[in-house]
Amino acid sequence: MKEQLQAIQVEALEKIAGTDEIKALQEIRVAYLGKKGSLTGVLKGMGKLSKEERPVIGEIANKVRDAITTALDAKNEKLEQIALEKQLEAEAIDVTLPGKPVKQGGPHLLTSIVEEIEDLFIGMGYEVREGPEVETDYFNFEALNLPKNHPARDMQDTFYITNELLMRTHTSPVQARTMKEYKGEKAFKMICPGKVYRRDNDDATHSHQFTQIEGLYVDKNVRMSDLKGTLDVFAKKMFGEDREIRLRPSFFPFTEPSVEMDISCKVCHGEGCSVCKGTGWIEILGGGMVHPRVLEMAGYDPREYSGFAFGMGPERIAMLKYGVNDIRAFYTNDKRFLKQYHQA
Amino acid sequence: MLVSYNWLKNYVDLGEITPEQLAEKITKSGIEVDHVTYIAAKSTNVVVGYVASCEKHPDADKLNLCQVDVGEETLQIVCGAPNVAKGQKVAVALPGAKLPGDIKIKKVKLRGIESNGMICSLKELGLDPEYIPADVADGIFIFPEDTVAGESVTSLLNLDDAVLELDLTPNRADALSMLGVAYEVAAILDKPIILPDESLKIESKKSAHDFIKVEVEAEDLNPYYGAFIIKDVEIKASPLWMRNYLMAAGIRPINNVVDITNYVLLEYGQPLHAFDYDRFASDKIVVRRAVDGEKITTLDNQERTLGADTLVITNGKEATAIAGVMGGANSEVMNETKTILLEAAYFNGASIRNTVKATGLRSEASTRYEKGIDPNRVKRAGIRACQLLKQYAGGTVLADVVEYDALDRSEKIVEVNTARVNERLGTEIDASTIAAILKRLDFTFEQAGNDFTVHVPTRRGDITIFEDMLEEIARIYGYDHLPFTLPVGVAQSGGLTGRQALKRQVKNYLQSAGLMETMTYSLTSEADITKLISPEVREQNPQAIALALPMTEDHKYLRLSILPELLHSLTYNQARNQANLAFYEVGNVFISDEETLTKQPTELLRASGAVTGKWVEHPWQQEVKDVDFFVVKGIVEGLFDFLKIPVTFSPVKLADMHPGRTASLEVDGNMVGFIGQLHPSLEKELDLKATYVFDINLDVLIKKYDAAPSFTSIPKYPSIERDIAFILDEHVHAGDVQTLIKEVGAPLVKQVEIFDVYQGGNVEDGKKSIAYSLLYQHPDKTLKDDEVEASYQEIVEAVNKAFDAYVRS
Ligand SMILES: [Zn+2]
Repeated sequence: MKEQLQAIQVEALEKIAGTDEIKALQEIRVAYLGKKGSLTGVLKGMGKLSKEERPVIGEIANKVRDAITTALDAKNEKLEQIALEKQLEAEAIDVTLPGKPVKQGGPHLLTSIVEEIEDLFIGMGYEVREGPEVETDYFNFEALNLPKNHPARDMQDTFYITNELLMRTHTSPVQARTMKEYKGEKAFKMICPGKVYRRDNDDATHSHQFTQIEGLYVDKNVRMSDLKGTLDVFAKKMFGEDREIRLRPSFFPFTEPSVEMDISCKVCHGEGCSVCKGTGWIEILGGGMVHPRVLEMAGYDPREYSGFAFGMGPERIAMLKYGVNDIRAFYTNDKRFLKQYHQA
Repeated sequence: MLVSYNWLKNYVDLGEITPEQLAEKITKSGIEVDHVTYIAAKSTNVVVGYVASCEKHPDADKLNLCQVDVGEETLQIVCGAPNVAKGQKVAVALPGAKLPGDIKIKKVKLRGIESNGMICSLKELGLDPEYIPADVADGIFIFPEDTVAGESVTSLLNLDDAVLELDLTPNRADALSMLGVAYEVAAILDKPIILPDESLKIESKKSAHDFIKVEVEAEDLNPYYGAFIIKDVEIKASPLWMRNYLMAAGIRPINNVVDITNYVLLEYGQPLHAFDYDRFASDKIVVRRAVDGEKITTLDNQERTLGADTLVITNGKEATAIAGVMGGANSEVMNETKTILLEAAYFNGASIRNTVKATGLRSEASTRYEKGIDPNRVKRAGIRACQLLKQYAGGTVLADVVEYDALDRSEKIVEVNTARVNERLGTEIDASTIAAILKRLDFTFEQAGNDFTVHVPTRRGDITIFEDMLEEIARIYGYDHLPFTLPVGVAQSGGLTGRQALKRQVKNYLQSAGLMETMTYSLTSEADITKLISPEVREQNPQAIALALPMTEDHKYLRLSILPELLHSLTYNQARNQANLAFYEVGNVFISDEETLTKQPTELLRASGAVTGKWVEHPWQQEVKDVDFFVVKGIVEGLFDFLKIPVTFSPVKLADMHPGRTASLEVDGNMVGFIGQLHPSLEKELDLKATYVFDINLDVLIKKYDAAPSFTSIPKYPSIERDIAFILDEHVHAGDVQTLIKEVGAPLVKQVEIFDVYQGGNVEDGKKSIAYSLLYQHPDKTLKDDEVEASYQEIVEAVNKAFDAYVRS
């Protein structure tokens, strides 16, 4: 009987090894281990064995069953693996085909620049304020030390609507409005971005509509060196740590002393090249110490308070930073232009 | 202001400083030098030649054969100029000479005769034709007789001069004169100023008082009038050096009298006017305001009608000049003029400014008066002119100046304290440095320790208060030397307001929904001002607000809608083969119901969008879809969802919009915008394919937005879903049924969604099937089937009653 069992094992293992189909494997399982299987048949004859022989043969029989079962399971797993691999291979796709596009918009370059500047000054404790685009002559001019018939009004060609109402020519009226709101009592820092309008013919460097950002800091004991330091921080963050600034005296009716700020040329670092027209410097913005008349008109006592103000044009900054060479490009909204700066 | 470098050297020792270096220094000290140009730097090897003989060319009528003595030799030159003649001193470009325009002079044969050089005109030497005097404009230039043959013309004609173009800010009227620039340069370079010789020896025994009287009837506008009489003048060309300087300064020389008044105007910044005394035809000058409608023919031969505010110079009978702006033709200096009546006056700047505005006439004189002249230079300039007229026009200057004088010549006093200077600048400048700066500026002052009393010279009318002096001190000290500091005062957190932050979020949402932000103009055309105005804006009866003086018809009105300009952007792109466009803009529109604006309009913030072309572009998986109403509606719904503001859409008919594909947006029963397809006729007009737009009142939404909504707990009990499909008339709006289901089902029905809309097939004609999915939920317990069933039946009945609908089995 022992020999019989061992012969079954040999035969079964041979058959298992010889098959490569899951279905055939199933048949083998039934043929040997099933109710009518050959191993089962042998075991049925165990009753005829002596008491002594029974446990010995039983043990052998169990071993044979285990061996066959293990072989079956192993083979089955292997075949299933092969089948899965085959199936997955059949499921393969061309990963080089394009993906389904996600609809993506983006901000206008000027918005990006304005928000960058806003965030930069917010980090320095500035609040952001806005004002009307249609202004009164008073806030646009008079409150800024530009009385009617002042020669400096020629500096800005104005779109008037009536004698008293106009399209604001700068965001400076927001300065006057803010100071008035704070009633001459509060120290504050603010910037005001917005659209402004000038009576200009549109060409590569002029636009009848453009944007401006102004900053104002009013406090006791504001120094001109504070303006210089603040603008230096701004220039380095906006244009790069390696850029230098230079202040030049200038004139604005609402500041005294007044300054014009240049930054060192990115291309030549001050040596002079065609980008900076040989000067080594590029004009960026204007500013100065708030004129005492302006403080006074807005209710601040100029003996107690002083301040600095500055103003810049995001279009100009964008043109310098990104090489835009025609101001009209900001308002034509060519999709290729818009898209180019979505990651700016 | 054009500043001749060579001319400037007369007043300040410029040493070795090049024109470019000087320009850089001036710019850094506060007056921007736009550029430096050279008169004719490219001309070399041109000398004075004496035309020893001049004969006709044997073979050419229009050519002359000249023997020209150029100092060391005599050259044979063929010359085509009509005005060449024997005995002239002319400019000769020698063989090997270079002229502007890359011209090289060589020995050549002209019609068989050798020519060894070229006799030049000023234009050929590189002078700007605009400033070349009329008498030498059409031919070669002729030097004065005493010029030495062989001498280089470079310095004789000032060809090596550099001209600095100053871009003056309105406050620096003082730099509208060579002397003013000289003071500035002297301060910058820390050098003394050399004033012109103003001595005048009067030889005549006659007094000007016997020839003229001065009456001023408008002292407020004319506080000083000085009249000089110069007899026996000879009108001729002015000296070459003066002509050179005038040309460099951009003024065309005319004759000695006119040139001298212009020269002194440029030198002193003081306008002067020369009348022909005999043609003036009166022994009395009366300065008065014009009679309204009074006429005068000015020097440019234009008849001008004056308003009552215009100041005029009269001879007691008629106007002979518009004061400070332009003289009259009736008293103009002519070639025959013998006696000059010279005016040196101070006119009120604002008055001249008004006259310039009213007449449109602007001159070198008016520009200076408008910006303010130095009261202490008026008479001095007159004397300087007399001196030059004596010297260069052979005139006899009569004794005495006939004057009307009520002019304030006092200097402004400004107190400067050293500590205050440092407080404002953030510096540590000591009193001796300030004193040195004041000396460089040539300001007189008294010093008491750290305190200065500064007498501001009247040439600097822009300095009236401490801050003005502060700027003077700072700029001469050098802005470069100011330290870098940061504010130490106010501790303020800064940041965006809620409105500003939300505006950014709305933009971010629209961008992530696939729209590109645009920036269009706020000013629009007459055709566009009435287009695509949102119904709730139209309800406010908005008037078209027009600019008083638009630059172009395209940008004349303040927009009432962002959409028209946005659509032009679409057209622009489509015309450039970019068909798939999804744009939005957030910006203001301007609303007022006043026909004539008396107060500022309301500026309403709106978000508008326009989408055309393909929305989904994924062709290889057959997913390509044009934008449609529901794409744009989805974006808009998403925006309201994001803002947590419930919105309803109702069909509406609007001008310029597709009548069947447009909806108004309502929040709390108030209109807040619209959405839909453009009317096909507008699409055609704009050359656009099907285009869908939206326009939303962002102001209202921002105000309504609640940044911190109250907490709603997540439901603990299970929900039950039920579906109902109704068959109803095809004209019934799905949204209306949805609203009714919500109303009837409340509070158990939490959510109603449409999941199927079907027409045709087994649905009878004129009907449609709409399937809704209902979500039931109770906050405090698990719902029982019979509770849901009861509600379900109620809904079925209500919908049946309201819309004559039945449940599809
Ligand atoms: Zn450079």
